[in-house]
Amino acid sequence: MSADAQEQPDELQLARDLMAGSAGAFEHFVDLYHGKIFRYSFTMCGHREDAEEVAQETLMKVFENLSQLREPEHMKAWVFRIAKNACLSKRRKSVFAPARELSLEELRPHRDGESGELDIADWSALPDASAQNAELKTALDHAVQKLPELYRAIFLLRDVECLSTADCARILDVSEDVVKTRLHRARLLLRAGLDAYMKTGQPKGSHPKTGVHA
Amino acid sequence: MNENDCQNVFALLSEYIDRQLPDGTCEELDRHIQDCAPCVEFVESLRKSVALGKKYVPGVDPMPVPDGVREALREAYAKSLAQREGSPPAH
Repeated sequence: MSADAQEQPDELQLARDLMAGSAGAFEHFVDLYHGKIFRYSFTMCGHREDAEEVAQETLMKVFENLSQLREPEHMKAWVFRIAKNACLSKRRKSVFAPARELSLEELRPHRDGESGELDIADWSALPDASAQNAELKTALDHAVQKLPELYRAIFLLRDVECLSTADCARILDVSEDVVKTRLHRARLLLRAGLDAYMKTGQPKGSHPKTGVHA
Repeated sequence: MNENDCQNVFALLSEYIDRQLPDGTCEELDRHIQDCAPCVEFVESLRKSVALGKKYVPGVDPMPVPDGVREALREAYAKSLAQREGSPPAH
């Protein structure tokens, strides 16, 4: 099965319950999505007050217009589209304004001319998804904040919120191919940001490769 | 190792990691990557970065939803539910 169609049964069931007026759905939805929208807009805008306002304004629009939504499958993308627009309205200059797309060539790691080895850190000691380490978490925070906005938005929607490529395209008004292109660049940039940390901050006993390219 | 191959592989790595490439293409990349030490190394670092990224949460938590806001949301929700009941069934 395609990883693009990640099932999120709890969120889908919550959308169904909310649209049906089931008991408890309102409280659960408000608490879950208030957090999600706050985190999304805080990461996009960097201002706590703005993020709080975006979260509240988005939820108000969602409830005011809920009768227009027919398919619970579209709930999450619909909410995030409203949030994206609310987030935009908080900024004098659009954080989603088109910027130059980075070329893949700019994102390729350097190779040592003689050995042909890549100038990257040794990642073998890092267990999968071990974000428990506080320093690594800080490195991840920095790497995310350093992503250009158009890549940060895709990263948050696609990788953190697990929205499908098609949903991301609808939310951001771009084609699915653009979503794929930007997701790849976002991940490459994130990897490069973390690589810099891995070269200097990894546990003792490991052997970071030499290389001065930052 | 032909660096052009690495370059072609590099462009497809996100879709490769997500297993979203057409069947044939995925196997082609598998064949290249298993024989190419730099690609093995890079794929590992990208895969781990993606896994870490998926767990990203900013270091700031939202304040609780103020009671007045929650009440206003509840009223808007009740109105929407009433409208839905009064509207013709959707297809």
